[in-house]
Amino acid sequence: MERAKEAENRVTYASRNLGSGFLFGVGLIAFIDESVFHQLLRWHHFYDKSTTDIGLISDGLFHAFSWFATIGGLFLFADLRRRNALRIKRWWGGVFLGAGAFQLYDGTIQHKIMRIHQIRYDVNVLPYDFIWIAVAIVIILIGVVLLYQTREKTHE
Amino acid sequence: MSSYIGGWILEEFLLCIFISLIIGYGYAVKRSNQTYRKWPLYRVVCWILGVICIAISVIGPIAQASHENFIWHMAGHLLLGMLGPIFLAVAAPMTLLLRILPVQAARRVTRVLRSRILRFYTNPLVATIINIGGLWILYTSPIYEMMLHSTIIHVLIHLHVFFVGYLFTISLIYIDPVPHQVSFLNRTIVFVIALAGHGILSKYIYATPPNGVDPLQAKIGGMLMYYGGDAIDLIIIIILFYQWYTSTRPRTTAVSIT
Repeated sequence: MERAKEAENRVTYASRNLGSGFLFGVGLIAFIDESVFHQLLRWHHFYDKSTTDIGLISDGLFHAFSWFATIGGLFLFADLRRRNALRIKRWWGGVFLGAGAFQLYDGTIQHKIMRIHQIRYDVNVLPYDFIWIAVAIVIILIGVVLLYQTREKTHE
Repeated sequence: MSSYIGGWILEEFLLCIFISLIIGYGYAVKRSNQTYRKWPLYRVVCWILGVICIAISVIGPIAQASHENFIWHMAGHLLLGMLGPIFLAVAAPMTLLLRILPVQAARRVTRVLRSRILRFYTNPLVATIINIGGLWILYTSPIYEMMLHSTIIHVLIHLHVFFVGYLFTISLIYIDPVPHQVSFLNRTIVFVIALAGHGILSKYIYATPPNGVDPLQAKIGGMLMYYGGDAIDLIIIIILFYQWYTSTRPRTTAVSIT
């Protein structure tokens, strides 16, 4: 009985470690995107005339969501800590997966299909797109490996 | 010059209201402290800051400049509809009011708070639709230009922006007593949509200046609305999640300490 409950707890918290990390990862990468590519390098434009309507909506929703995810992910992190349930490696797995997933969505759907804005203007953007997407895939793979290493084993 | 005289009287009148709001709150705190635990100082500070935010946006130089300049108009909007209401909400005026009212009157106020109509308006989704929807209508229809030429429309719009901003804030973060509570998850979902609606409108204004607004001012104003909205809403997000954090204090830990 006690063991069963403990195992159930571990499964619950395993997914919450992943969830907290994932949210924080989405927020972190969006924050880096905003601060580095919009503000510091000024490569990304605030608004691009070729943006589709759906692109404007998608951008607005993801921007708002990532803002919440950064703060929410950290509060979930604090919650895991006070419950003694933090598994830091799994949490980092979530961070990489969230960051990579957002980077991939941003680099493919948002940049190329919805044409929210391009990575850089007045240059041949192809190598930039290639590196952007390659980085996204590498980040996702790191996340997947970390999550695989910290998966719940059904047999002890 | 009659409009100037009219504007002057309006400004004096508003100034009186703002001063009485601060004096009234101070008096209520004094009364409350005679019977209850000491009212926290930070709430008094928040009340004063809230009233100042609203005063700055409707009287004085910024309010004056916002007639001609869209950037100042947007700064005023952020103070009147977003930052001011947050400060006022944190100051918990309803709690204070219920403390000092005689029992009979306090019961009547509580009955109003529990009424169906307030239940409707304090629902986060309804408050969001009125708040963000109202802004969309203001900036994408001829109303914005009409506001610049009519004192009455001007006053009505500003009252609307303030009241729905306050309604929106108290529908998301519960500091004063709330009879009809909505779950944290639902409030978060609605809030994400609201912030997105605000951000999308900012970019829309950037690209499509409202009637009578200089395109360059619309661009800067739109960006101010976008980043200013993010910064101010961050305060509500942190309060909301902090309230979640304290409300889910664990009774047991995953690894039992024995």
